[in-house]
Amino acid sequence: MDKKTIWTKKDLLGLEYLSKEEIELLLYTAASFKEVTTRQIKKVPALRGKTVVNLFYEPSTRTRTSFELAAKRLSADVINIEIEASSVKKGETLIDTGRNIEALKIDIIVVRHNASGAPNILARSVRARVVNAGDGWHEHPTQALLDMLTLKSKLGRLEGLKVSIIGDIAHSRVARSNIWGLTKLGAEVTVCAPALLIPDGIGRMGVKVTTDIDEALRGADAINVLRMQFERDGALAFPSKLEYFKQYGITAERLKNCKKDIIVMHPGPINRGVEMSSEVADGKNSVILEQVTNGIAVRMAVLYLVAHAKGAE
Amino acid sequence: MKKRYMIKGGRVVDPVNKIDSGLDIIISDGKIEKVGPALDAKVDETINAKGHIVSPGLIDMHVHLREPGREDEETVKTGTRAAVRGGFTGILCMPNTEPPLDKPQIAQSLKDTIAKDALCNVYIAGAITIERAGRQLADFEKLKTEGIFAVTDDGSSIQDMTLMEEALKRAALFKLLLIEHCENTSLSLGGVMNKGFVSTKAGLRSIPAESEYLAIERNLELAKKLSARIHIAHVSCKESVEMIRRAKKDGVKVTAETAPHYFTLTDECCATYDTNTKMNPPLRTKEDVDAIKAGLADGTLDVIATDHAPHTDSEKDVEFDYAPFGIIGLETALSLGITELVDKKILSWNGLISKFSTNPAGILGVPAGNLKEGSPADITIIDPDKEYVFKKESIESKSRNSPFINWKLKGRAVTVFVNGVITMRDERIL
Repeated sequence: MDKKTIWTKKDLLGLEYLSKEEIELLLYTAASFKEVTTRQIKKVPALRGKTVVNLFYEPSTRTRTSFELAAKRLSADVINIEIEASSVKKGETLIDTGRNIEALKIDIIVVRHNASGAPNILARSVRARVVNAGDGWHEHPTQALLDMLTLKSKLGRLEGLKVSIIGDIAHSRVARSNIWGLTKLGAEVTVCAPALLIPDGIGRMGVKVTTDIDEALRGADAINVLRMQFERDGALAFPSKLEYFKQYGITAERLKNCKKDIIVMHPGPINRGVEMSSEVADGKNSVILEQVTNGIAVRMAVLYLVAHAKGAE
Repeated sequence: MKKRYMIKGGRVVDPVNKIDSGLDIIISDGKIEKVGPALDAKVDETINAKGHIVSPGLIDMHVHLREPGREDEETVKTGTRAAVRGGFTGILCMPNTEPPLDKPQIAQSLKDTIAKDALCNVYIAGAITIERAGRQLADFEKLKTEGIFAVTDDGSSIQDMTLMEEALKRAALFKLLLIEHCENTSLSLGGVMNKGFVSTKAGLRSIPAESEYLAIERNLELAKKLSARIHIAHVSCKESVEMIRRAKKDGVKVTAETAPHYFTLTDECCATYDTNTKMNPPLRTKEDVDAIKAGLADGTLDVIATDHAPHTDSEKDVEFDYAPFGIIGLETALSLGITELVDKKILSWNGLISKFSTNPAGILGVPAGNLKEGSPADITIIDPDKEYVFKKESIESKSRNSPFINWKLKGRAVTVFVNGVITMRDERIL
């Protein structure tokens, strides 16, 4: 990495908006914070006196907890605000909520929202730093960064890696962030899904597109298996969970034809027996729990860098 | 008795009377008295139009004035101020008010407001169906007696084909123009922007071009079968242009309009989640923009209309998904037409004025759109070289939902006569 890269962005809205160097800086910073999380005393004073708000318009225990821990390990004060999506239309607007939070002298707003682009709109309206914790189908940058950190620590590099993203690409913010991040760092990305779950023009994001699971697995160094949400958008696309599992589910049988040490990732929570068998989820190729651990280091890096962004006052 | 004026030294462009030359115009008693070279007459006032284009007053046949019911967004007064500022002397106001204009009493009371507040001519469109609900036809006959010029459920599209057939027949019977917002909602429902690479990137629910052109195709077939007239509102995509072009060749009695944003902007603009780029139909691709321009150039698209759709800041300052569709357009339309079409040699001045004045006047059947001696003196004087930055504070409309704020624009209306009265002079509304 070019050590001279300086972080200047006020916000982290998505990996689409970052340069290769900025992503490398994030991963480099995350790697050094990872060491902190293994100490006896898991705390540094980097954000002492700063306040972070987790503003969540969508319920999410795991991402919220991960951000909360990350902020606390940097010695920041943390507040959690949960707003029910159903109350948004009649209640206070996002911009008003943002300005009110800012009036409480909050430094960083971590926002999770069901509407794509909500963090972009919020970031334009407040001076506080805004970190996207997942917006609609748009981006989930910290998830992609933790996936990339996990891959890098397992395989030592990202450039030239063959990574396949498998599942509901159309409705996945995890897929989009991973595509931007991995392609910028030189990985070869393939997306694989039933035809109805492949969105228009996804190939123009620099990925190979296939509906054939065996093609996606063949030669892959790693796979990132997405959560299938049949109760939501997937309902039209596939007749049943069992049918999906038969055609796209990752099983030990399917992994036999893959690279022996293929990395298996999943952003969680897993639907066992739908997108992946339990045997694979708990097997030797799975790095799913390591991803969760790396999530804290990545989020520490993000909070730290946006808080200290040069020239973003 | 109204004042007598002389407009001196301008380039007079009148597509109807095939005029494009340096001429003078005398206006008296609210009418055009004489058009000719180097006129000499005793007048109350002379307007120097040297270096300017003198055009028949512009007509915008697609304006949402919001009155009655949404006076927080726009009123007859503010909307017609915006119209005059943009160079328009006549506008057709859409019936999707609250309540909708589906009954003669509502037209009657709107006419009273217009008589009291309007700065330019306002023509009224009535709803096709009761409550604009797409189920039962409004009483066209009674609406016609209140002086409406057209019927449309604009904002919504008639989905039921039998009802559409009946509407086309009845509109023909009462000599009303039927304007259709063409959208197959089973394809577009829930969408907020054009379907394509940008919607994929932005993760936004999308509206495919098919939702527009399949509805157009269906309506053209009906119009052909019934030999009925139909006017297609706000054409946005390539396939729609192609279908209308073919239908015109086949002799279908179809006319069509597009809006300035469809020949100026693409769906790339939506990538920043600026809600002033959210409209229905949505901004499409570069390929569609080129097709719209070609359609204007070859006469497939007859009219440029703004689809002026005011929304308050508080309605628009929300997540992209939750914002209402639509942008204001009256004050920027002419400049965009000049910059994107005349300067880029897509249209001549004669062509531009046809789309902005002569054609909409002809389609609506209103006494405007030309500079014939004896006709009402609705005249727009345009400075084609005027450069300006479109500032939020300068907006006359009550709403400010424009994607063109802070754009550097060129060419603007400077003086406007409505029925022989100066309504705007040297860019100041009087």
